[in-house]
Amino acid sequence: MAEQHPGAIIETLSAAEIAAIRETAARYEDKAAAAIEALQIVQQQRGWVSDACLAAAAEVLQITPAQLDAVATFYNLIYRQPVGKRVIHYCNSVTCWMLGADNIREHLCRRLGVRPGEMTTDGEYTLLPIVCLGACDHAPVIMVEDVTFLDVDERAIDAILRGE
Amino acid sequence: MDKPLTQNFRPDRDFATLADYEASGGYRGLRKALEIQPQEVQQQVKDAGLRGRGGSGFLTGLKWNFVPMGKDAPQPKYLVVNADEMEPGTFKDRMLLEKDPHQLLEGAVIAAYAIQAKIAYIFLRGEYRLAASRLRRALQEARQHGYLGKHILGSDFSLEMHLHSSAGRYICGEETALLNALEGKRANPRVKPPYPHVSGLWGKPTVVNNVETLCNVPHILHYGIEWYRGLGRREDKGTKLFGASGRVNRPGLWELPMGTPIREIFEEHAGGMQDGYRLRGFLPGGASTEFLLPEHLDVAMDFDAVAKAGSRLGTGAMIVLDDRVCPVKMVLNLEEFFSQESCGWCTPCRDGLPWTVTLLRDIVAGHGRREDLDTLSGLTRMLGPGNTFCALAPGAMEPLQSALKFFRADFERYLEDGGKT
Repeated sequence: MAEQHPGAIIETLSAAEIAAIRETAARYEDKAAAAIEALQIVQQQRGWVSDACLAAAAEVLQITPAQLDAVATFYNLIYRQPVGKRVIHYCNSVTCWMLGADNIREHLCRRLGVRPGEMTTDGEYTLLPIVCLGACDHAPVIMVEDVTFLDVDERAIDAILRGE
Repeated sequence: MDKPLTQNFRPDRDFATLADYEASGGYRGLRKALEIQPQEVQQQVKDAGLRGRGGSGFLTGLKWNFVPMGKDAPQPKYLVVNADEMEPGTFKDRMLLEKDPHQLLEGAVIAAYAIQAKIAYIFLRGEYRLAASRLRRALQEARQHGYLGKHILGSDFSLEMHLHSSAGRYICGEETALLNALEGKRANPRVKPPYPHVSGLWGKPTVVNNVETLCNVPHILHYGIEWYRGLGRREDKGTKLFGASGRVNRPGLWELPMGTPIREIFEEHAGGMQDGYRLRGFLPGGASTEFLLPEHLDVAMDFDAVAKAGSRLGTGAMIVLDDRVCPVKMVLNLEEFFSQESCGWCTPCRDGLPWTVTLLRDIVAGHGRREDLDTLSGLTRMLGPGNTFCALAPGAMEPLQSALKFFRADFERYLEDGGKT
């Protein structure tokens, strides 16, 4: 059993990550159900999910890496490539789009010097689109890390980037 | 009390704590439920006339009625809370989760009791981080106060409830795709039948209910069927969270009786159009509903009335199209969303939605051909009901098909002169 003979692959993850994944897996009839949460646990520590970490998490859950990667690649919020320290998601769904999401995107691109999907050269930010964030009464909105910013305009974005 | 769902929403506080919730009558519905048989709870919710608030409009009590009961029923049974709100234009469940998390928990515990589920999962969309932290706190409080866990409020009923944070994908809101997601698989929808109430999570009887639906349940148990039925203005019972977004004066969310006329929501609550903008049309219930026009403003917001007008109540979230937004480009934005969020499981959706996007992009770029409009019409049929596993593609076709009907001149202008006028 993996618990008794931790292999080389599983050791890619920290003991804390492995423990957190196991604790989550215990909530389900089948460990595989913790797939998405295992990926989130890894990503929270490391910012993204590398091939090595994915293989290790798969081993903890006793599923194949391919099975876990099928899940990882399905979701918008699991990153399989390195991202900046802070990920900025701008909503491009219908209400935000009507209220200026394209301008928000272009302003972010100009300020950061990247196109959507890219990371700034200093590794600080990655810019990504996201679908409706469920705050359409305050469109347009962006999400920076865990925080959703409402009613944003160019000025608000400049303030957010200055850390205000 | 005419606004049960939002009674605890207050401008002077971020959210209702357990003490706030209890002070407003919270968990009394659960106490009442535990005093009667599970089947009686099912019957009360059915008789109250509560219909699914995720968009389906199915009678909630009837859905519960289908679950095998008694000693021979497969075990364990599951209750799943669908908190994967991701329908563009919709922001009702987020408010319920953030502002009064215990209301949802109470509704979920009562639902679980009604179907005798032992385990419940709250399937929350990954982006709702604030809701996640408030739910975690509320779950812990509920366990500490005997509303969850073993022998709830001293009864024979025990329930475990877990929060599952997803990672962002629209299809997870479809109930069978949600079950696959919860099992740790790609969230492709399952073929029905079997329905989840017979064979759901890990093949066990499972009920999936929307957040707003469950938030109605404690009040039905607490205040009774007659009171609840009296809240609706027409055929449909209870209240509903209605929203409006776009170029209106006061975008927002309001709890109003089922059957409230659209005009009242649009004019009195949303404050009408902003200066300099005119109303051209609206999607009454989120991105996957058919456009309606200003002439439909007197339609009542209940399931049957909106259907009769040619659209769907959906999530009750009205998206307003003003005269400065091109309806063709708006439909393109909607189809880009649906195309991106298609899970790719069945062919009409996987191939048809990108094709739809390509045709619309060509039209908007000024090199569309006249026959493209016929092709788009053909796609609305090919991707329509009956040809796909789930409702994603048929839903995607609703705004397109109605736009082709109501805004045909806008499409044709692009074909004539590339949209220069």
